[in-house]
Amino acid sequence: MTDTLDGWEIVIGLEVHCELATKTKLFCGCANVFGDEPNTNICPVCLGLPGSLPVVNEKAVELALRLGQALHCTAKRGVFARKNYFYPDMPKDYQISQYDQPTNVDGWLDLPSGTRVGIERAHIEEDTGKNTHVGGDGRIHGADYSLIDYNRAGVPLVEIVSRPDLRGSEQAREYVGELRDILIATDVSDARMEEGSMRVDANVSVRRVGDNAYGTRCEIKNLNSLRSLGRAVEYEARRQVDLIAAGERVHQETRHWDEAAGRTRSGRSKEEAEDYRYFQEPDLVPLEPEDALLAELVATMPPLPADRRARLAGATGAEPTDSTVVIAVARGLDELALAAVDAGGDPGRVLTHVENNLAVQGAASIDPTAFATLTRMEIEGALTATQAKTVLAELVNGATDPAVVAAAKGFEAMDTSALETAVDDVLAANPDVWERFAGGDGKAGGFLTGQVMKATNGKADGKAVNAILQRRKGAAAR
Amino acid sequence: MTFARDVATTVRSGARTARDVVDEHLARIEERDPELHAFNLVLADEARAEADAVDERVRRGEYPGPLAGVPVALKDNFCTRGVPTTCSSKILEGWRPPYDATVVTRLRKAGAVIIGKTNLDEFAMGSSTENSAFGPTRNPHDPTRVPGGSSGGSAAAVAADFAPLAFGSDTGGSIRQPAALCGVVGMKPTYGLVSRYGLVAFASSLDQIGPFATTVADAALAFETIAGHDPCDTTSIPEQVPSVTETLDEGVDGLRIGVISEFLEADGLAPDVAAKVRDAADALERAGAKVEDASVPSTIYGLSAYYLIAPAEASSNLARYDGVRYGLRVDAPTTADMNAATRTAGFGAEVKRRIMLGTYALSAGYYDAYYGKALRVRTLILRDFERAYESFDLLLGPTAPATAFPFGAKADPLAMYLNDVFTIPSNLAGHPAVSLPFGTGDDGLPVGVQVLAPALAEASMFRAAAALEAAT
Repeated sequence: MTDTLDGWEIVIGLEVHCELATKTKLFCGCANVFGDEPNTNICPVCLGLPGSLPVVNEKAVELALRLGQALHCTAKRGVFARKNYFYPDMPKDYQISQYDQPTNVDGWLDLPSGTRVGIERAHIEEDTGKNTHVGGDGRIHGADYSLIDYNRAGVPLVEIVSRPDLRGSEQAREYVGELRDILIATDVSDARMEEGSMRVDANVSVRRVGDNAYGTRCEIKNLNSLRSLGRAVEYEARRQVDLIAAGERVHQETRHWDEAAGRTRSGRSKEEAEDYRYFQEPDLVPLEPEDALLAELVATMPPLPADRRARLAGATGAEPTDSTVVIAVARGLDELALAAVDAGGDPGRVLTHVENNLAVQGAASIDPTAFATLTRMEIEGALTATQAKTVLAELVNGATDPAVVAAAKGFEAMDTSALETAVDDVLAANPDVWERFAGGDGKAGGFLTGQVMKATNGKADGKAVNAILQRRKGAAAR
Repeated sequence: MTFARDVATTVRSGARTARDVVDEHLARIEERDPELHAFNLVLADEARAEADAVDERVRRGEYPGPLAGVPVALKDNFCTRGVPTTCSSKILEGWRPPYDATVVTRLRKAGAVIIGKTNLDEFAMGSSTENSAFGPTRNPHDPTRVPGGSSGGSAAAVAADFAPLAFGSDTGGSIRQPAALCGVVGMKPTYGLVSRYGLVAFASSLDQIGPFATTVADAALAFETIAGHDPCDTTSIPEQVPSVTETLDEGVDGLRIGVISEFLEADGLAPDVAAKVRDAADALERAGAKVEDASVPSTIYGLSAYYLIAPAEASSNLARYDGVRYGLRVDAPTTADMNAATRTAGFGAEVKRRIMLGTYALSAGYYDAYYGKALRVRTLILRDFERAYESFDLLLGPTAPATAFPFGAKADPLAMYLNDVFTIPSNLAGHPAVSLPFGTGDDGLPVGVQVLAPALAEASMFRAAAALEAAT
């Protein structure tokens, strides 16, 4: 995937809805759980029965503020408003949300790859119920009848609105992944896209590379996975570029992603969009974030992914944006890596093993000290990279002393003269390959190294073999 | 007339059973309510059972509560568990709430006996009870005239001695104006003193529940019973409610009372009503108060601001009556068509008018010119009141522009809206006010005068009302 298509740049802003991990709903005491029997977690308040009134769940506000602090937002006086529109899954036919005075404003999130993405706002609102259309093709049009489950009605949400700072589908996916990791790290949400506890809408526009003005955007809804997000952005950008290239204009509208068809479809256009008639919710008083609470939230903030990357980078001398660092943190292996480095392990070898081996096969119960020792043995030439990988697998399975494992496997470092003999034997046996190698064919080098490895039962150090081959090539050239 | 305090005292002492009290009132209802139609629903069996329970507590020597055995009538926009709550609208006909309003719970705990649900203008929108989907209520003083509204049923119930106490909701005068027209006491508390939980919302920032009674003392007792913080209503005030019954007889000596000159100079104020307000001012002065003219200039814009703010909130509050979950449903091929058909059939003309007004006032491009400006006027009115209350403890004025009018006399909605011109400012400011009968007009019908007070000044407000009552 690319950031540009044919000289075009894709500009994306994301609106992410997350269900807050509270025990109860936003405005009543009903349980906030996924997957219960329909219409069992309901009461007069979340059903919007006449005369009922909302009471704000303080825990939900606290979680929203905690997320705001994690996203470097400013906490403001939050005012609830009513967003008025008719929809059967919305019991009051208005949604209590925050409009012009959201709880969190003006923050940012750093992508693992380094780009800083502005956060415009992160506001609190209530979720709607869920419609199930029976008959027809499962859509509301043509259905025989519809069922509504109000268990989800009134579940607390935060909507996190990014600035249009994302370029291309890869960054969009990266943003959502990073945001998900932050939500999980802070216990704000379980952020499960597949259960709908995290939902993404994408505002997509295109412009020619070098242009400063934004193009006309379309809002893409119904993105149920990171894969859908990536595909939808790609499709939509291509659609917009094709339109402009054909001399047409992009119309600002809401479009729905059709996963099966792999395309976006037009929804309502902005011109015929509903007028939500927002006004301040008279049943609720404004939320004043208390300094003491904010201070406590900051003091008790768990380490965030970006902090962990910075710490690991600092301890290993790598860059926070290095894939080794990003992967170590994403897989939760940063604590192990830090402990291994702390125990005297070689930072470079530690990170390499985490990325190439542990992140793939799992770290299980590996002892950081044993891991550290292993990397030192490698550096000191006692083990080749290939041997080290084998020993590491045993450490993961519970072995504690890499030297014992290496001895049991018969791994011992070859002395240089024995290795040179082995190399020369391989060159003698493969004169045609040697000739190609001497002529500059890199692939031939790989083959020769492999043959040496084979001849030495993997005991040879690949780097040492390569060094000898280069020396032989240099000598032949003279 | 029966008085709530007397009923409670005699029932507690065992001198008379609550059952006997209820039967007496039920008999009067049976005799005269077919003519007056104060009630949408009379709860005869339930009331007898509740009265028996009160009597049982008395027999066991338990304290049966401050309102022991007092029959009370509830406006039919209070949610009552298992009992139909219609708001006098076809759209809610047959709906039975699964819960009691907080006020209802408090009344039950106080030993009150709920005798029935009273008629109102549909969803409390109106000033005559003519907007009820179930037919109007008649004024007990003259059945050819309206009882006022929107709590016309509750006012008529007390005036006809169907119950010593009734409760209503006051959004723009819906307790005080019918109290004035029916010759009873009607009081709107400070916004937030009485829980709104379980009151079917009309305009949430203005709605407040309050009592009707035949005496100021009964109204004070009823207010004390229902007031107090409710965690289910976040707009309810956490502070302790000051006692109003204990200080009721302390008189007005030294109180500074201002007569609102903008009210007395208003177009449409009937001369006989204006004369009664002057008489009331004189009576307060004789009782020891310092009475002067007061100016609250921006109150004249209150009506205009109210008829934007209240419909705006109503347009949102009434959206939920969509035929999906409860109440009326008129089937149609699509959900949107079903919504429209249900609301077309279920709402009356005045409710539709206000939903449209409010929807328009909140619409993109019109919000600032209408709703936004109305909010600014509301702030101005509050400031004007605050300025007036720097010089005065209380304010005095008429409740309604004239005595009860004949049915159909205010067919023009604007003429009807003008009935609320003197009551609306207190709602916009969130302040308390009480209307009490003060003699009769040229037509012999009751005239109400209104004592207005700053927020949480119910105690001095009731003292002044008691002094006025003593002067009649």
